[in-house]
Amino acid sequence: MTTAATPQTGAPVFYEVDEHAHPEGHSTALGFWLYLMSDCLIFAMLFAAFGVLGGSYAAGPGPKDLFDLNLVAVNTAMLLFSSITYGFAMLAMEKGRTAPVLVWLAITGLFGLAFLSIELTEFHHMIAEGATPQRSAFLSSFFTLVGTHGLHVTFGIIWLVTLMVQVTRRGLIAANRRRLMCLSMFWHFLDVIWIGVFTFVYLMGMLR
Amino acid sequence: MSPAPSLPLSPIFGRLTLESFPFHEPILVATFAVVATGGVLVFGLLTYFRLWGYLWKDWFTSVDHKKIGIMYMVLGIIMLLRGFADAIMMRLQQAIAFGGSDGYLPAHHYDQVFTAHGVIMIFFVAMPLVTGLMNFVVPLQIGARDVSFPFLNNFSFWMTVGGAILVMMSLFIGEFAKTGWLAYPPLSGIGYSPDVGVDYYIWGLQIAGVGTTLSGVNLICTIVKMRAPGMTLMKMPVFTWTSLCTNVLIVASFPVLTAVLVLLSLDRYVGTNFFTNDFGGSPMLYVNLIWIWGHPEVYILVLPVFGIFSEVTSTFTGKRLFGYTSMVYATVVITILSYLVWLHHFFTMGSGASVNSFFGITTMIISIPTGAKMFNWLFTMYRGRIRFEVPMMYTVAFMLTFVIGGMTGVLLAVPPADFVLHNSLFLVAHFHNVIIGGVVFGLFAGIAYWFPKAFGFKLDPFWGKMSFWFWVVGFYFAFMPLYVLGLMGVTRRLRVFDDPSLQIWFIIAAFGAGLIALGILSFIIQIAVSILKRDQLRDTTGDPWNARTLEWATSSPPPDYNFAFTPVIHDSDAWWDMKQRGYKRPLSGFKAIHMPKNTGTGVLLAICSVALGFALVWYIWWLAAVSFIALIAIAIGHTFNYNRDFDIPAADVTRTEDERTRLIAAQVKA
Repeated sequence: MTTAATPQTGAPVFYEVDEHAHPEGHSTALGFWLYLMSDCLIFAMLFAAFGVLGGSYAAGPGPKDLFDLNLVAVNTAMLLFSSITYGFAMLAMEKGRTAPVLVWLAITGLFGLAFLSIELTEFHHMIAEGATPQRSAFLSSFFTLVGTHGLHVTFGIIWLVTLMVQVTRRGLIAANRRRLMCLSMFWHFLDVIWIGVFTFVYLMGMLR
Repeated sequence: MSPAPSLPLSPIFGRLTLESFPFHEPILVATFAVVATGGVLVFGLLTYFRLWGYLWKDWFTSVDHKKIGIMYMVLGIIMLLRGFADAIMMRLQQAIAFGGSDGYLPAHHYDQVFTAHGVIMIFFVAMPLVTGLMNFVVPLQIGARDVSFPFLNNFSFWMTVGGAILVMMSLFIGEFAKTGWLAYPPLSGIGYSPDVGVDYYIWGLQIAGVGTTLSGVNLICTIVKMRAPGMTLMKMPVFTWTSLCTNVLIVASFPVLTAVLVLLSLDRYVGTNFFTNDFGGSPMLYVNLIWIWGHPEVYILVLPVFGIFSEVTSTFTGKRLFGYTSMVYATVVITILSYLVWLHHFFTMGSGASVNSFFGITTMIISIPTGAKMFNWLFTMYRGRIRFEVPMMYTVAFMLTFVIGGMTGVLLAVPPADFVLHNSLFLVAHFHNVIIGGVVFGLFAGIAYWFPKAFGFKLDPFWGKMSFWFWVVGFYFAFMPLYVLGLMGVTRRLRVFDDPSLQIWFIIAAFGAGLIALGILSFIIQIAVSILKRDQLRDTTGDPWNARTLEWATSSPPPDYNFAFTPVIHDSDAWWDMKQRGYKRPLSGFKAIHMPKNTGTGVLLAICSVALGFALVWYIWWLAAVSFIALIAIAIGHTFNYNRDFDIPAADVTRTEDERTRLIAAQVKA
C-alpha cells in the first residue's frame, strides 16, 4: 500500500491494485466500546436520577432502615470473583485451550447467578417490609438503578451460555474469540458499574 | 399514584376493545378509508406485477448501505406526507376557530395532531432523511465498500420503520399522545393520561431509538475504521466530518432518551414515582433529562445538513471550500457546545439567575461557530463561478433564512426576553425557521444533489425549481406571521381564539401552509416526471455536476461493491484532485470482491419489536411475553450463523466495469 507518488514516474497513485479486504470483525472492538459507552450513559442517567431523588424518602424507609451492608459485601464479592474467573477464561483462550475456557466460563456464570440470587433475596426482603418501588422516589430510583444492573447481568449470563454452546460446537475460532472478548468487556463493565452502585447507593446511602 | 386501570382487562385483548377503534371520528374514518384504499391498491399492484420477491430479495433484506440509505429516504418522504397532513390540519383549525367558532377539530383530536406532528417530523421525517443521506453518501465519500456492520445497518433501518408503524397504528387503533412532542409529566403520567396515547409514544420512540443508536455506532466505526488509504481525518470531506460529529452526538445522546422514557414507562406501568407530584417525584427531573437528549438532537439534524451545504457550495461554485479547517473545528465546537445549553429550553422553570445566565451565554456562544460556517460558505461563493442549479438555490435560501432563525434564537437565549417569549408562537416560528430553513432546505438540496448518484439520472430541474419557490415563499408566509403573533403574546398549542384581530395572521399562515403543500406536490411531480424523462436526464459519467468528492468517482448508480479498486486519497477534494492530475480509470485486472450477504433477520426482529410494542401499549401480556421471547430467540439464532460473506466473482466485476467503460466511451463520442 502506498499513498505517495511512485518515485520512478512521478505519477500519483489513485487506487490500490494489490488490495486486501478488511479482515472480518475489524471494527468490532471499536463498535463494542461505543455500545458500552452508550450503555454507560444509560447508567449515568439512572445514577443522576438517584442523585436527585435518592433523598426523597416521602416519609418512608431510608437506606439505614433497609440496607444490610454485610449482604451487599458478599454480593459484591460474588461479582468481583466472577470478573476474576472470566479473566482466567480469557487467559485460557489465549493459550487456545477450549476445556478450561468452558470451565472458567461456567464458574463465572455460577458467580453471576449467585449475585443475582442474593440481589433478588434483598429485593424480596425490602418489598416484604413494604419498601416497594412505589413507596417513594428514593425507592423507585434505587430499584431501577440496581435492577437495571441486575437485568444486564441476567442478559450477560444468557449471552455467556450462548457462547459456551458456540465454543463447544466450533471451538476457539476467530469469531468466537472475538465474541468472548466482547462479553469479557461487557462483564467487566458491569463490575465497574457495580462499584459505582456499591459506593454511591449503599455506602454513601448509609452515611446520609 | 397507582396505574389501576378503570376497566377489567381481557386476558386475550388486554384493554383493546371495539371502542378503541375511532368509528365515531368522521375525519379518522375518512382518513382510514383513503389510507386503506391506497394500501390495497399498492399491495394489489405489487402482487400483480409480482414484485414482492424482488422487494424482499433485493431491498428489504439487503445489507447494501446504498439501498438501506434509499429505503430510509423513502420512509422519510412517506412520513413527511403524514406529518404535513397534521400541519395543515392545525393551520386550518387555527385559521377558522375565531369568533365563537370551535373550528373543526375537537380538543382531544387537536392535541393529538400537534403531538403527532412534532414527533413524526423529528423522529420519522428528519431523522430518516438525515440518516438515509449519511448511509448512502458516507461510505462512498470515504472510498469504502459498505459500513462496518452491514447487518446492523439493515436491522437499524427496520427498527426505525417499526417505530413509525407503531406511531401510524395509533391513528386507527386507539389514539396518540395528547401531551406535546416531549410528553412532559405529570401530564404524561398515568394519572392525567390514562389511555394508550403516551404508551404509543413511548414504545414508538423506544423501538426507533434502538435503530438510531445502533446506526450511530455503525457510522462512527465506518468513518473511523474504513477510510480509504491516504484519507487522514483532515482530508475527509466536510459532509463526512459533520456525519461523524452527528453520529457521536447520536451515540452520546440517544441513550439519555432511552433512559428517560424507561423511567416514564416505569411510572406509568409499575407505579414508581420518578416524575409524579407526590411521594418525592420530580417532574422537573424529566424536563432536564429529556432536553439533555433534546438539544443535541437539534444538532444531530442540522450538522449533516451543514455538510450538505458545504459540498453543494464548493461544487456549484467550482471552488475548493473556503476555510476547510475552520469548518471542521466549528463543527466539533458545535458538537461539544450542544451539550451545554439544554437548560435554555426551560429558563422559566426557576433555576435562578446564575444558572440561567450560564445557559444563556453558552447558547449565544454557539452562534459563533455557526456564524463562522456562514462566512465560509459566503467566501466560497465569493468570486466563484456559481451555477444556480436546484441544490445551490436551496443553499442560498438557507443562508438567508437560517440567519433570521439564528438571530431569533439568540433573542430567545436572553433569559429575560425568554420569560416573555417562552412557549409563544415566537418560539414556534423560531424553531420552524431553523428546521425548515436549515434542515429541510438542506435535505432537499442533498436529495437533488445526490439523486443522480443513487439512480443514474438527474431530477427534473423545472419541477425542482417549482418546488423550491413554493417551499421558500410558503415558508415565509407560514411562519413570519407566527413571529408577529408570538410577540403579541399568543401561546403555542391553542385550539380556539377570542381576539378577532389575530385572525388575519393565522389566515396568512394557513395560506403559507397551502403554498408549502404545493411545494411538496411539486416535489412528488418532480420525481414522477424525472422517472418518465429518465432517458433525457440520464447521467452516464458518474459525475454530472463536475463535483469534487470521491462518491463522484464511481458510476451512477454505483455498483454493489462501490469501487472496483480501493481509491488512494491525496486531497480533501479527492475526486477533483484525481481529475486535475490525470487519473485514468483502471480497465483490467479486476479481482473478486468480498461482500456481506443479505439477511432477513433484521425484518423479523423489527416485526417482533412492533408486536412487543403493540402488546405493551394495550396490556396484552401474553403477546408481550411471546414476542419478547421470539425477539431474544431470533437474535440468538442469528449469532449461530457464521457464514455471512461471499465473493463477487472477478468475472462479474469485469462485466460491470466493462459496461461502464462502454457508457463513458459512448458519452465521449456523443
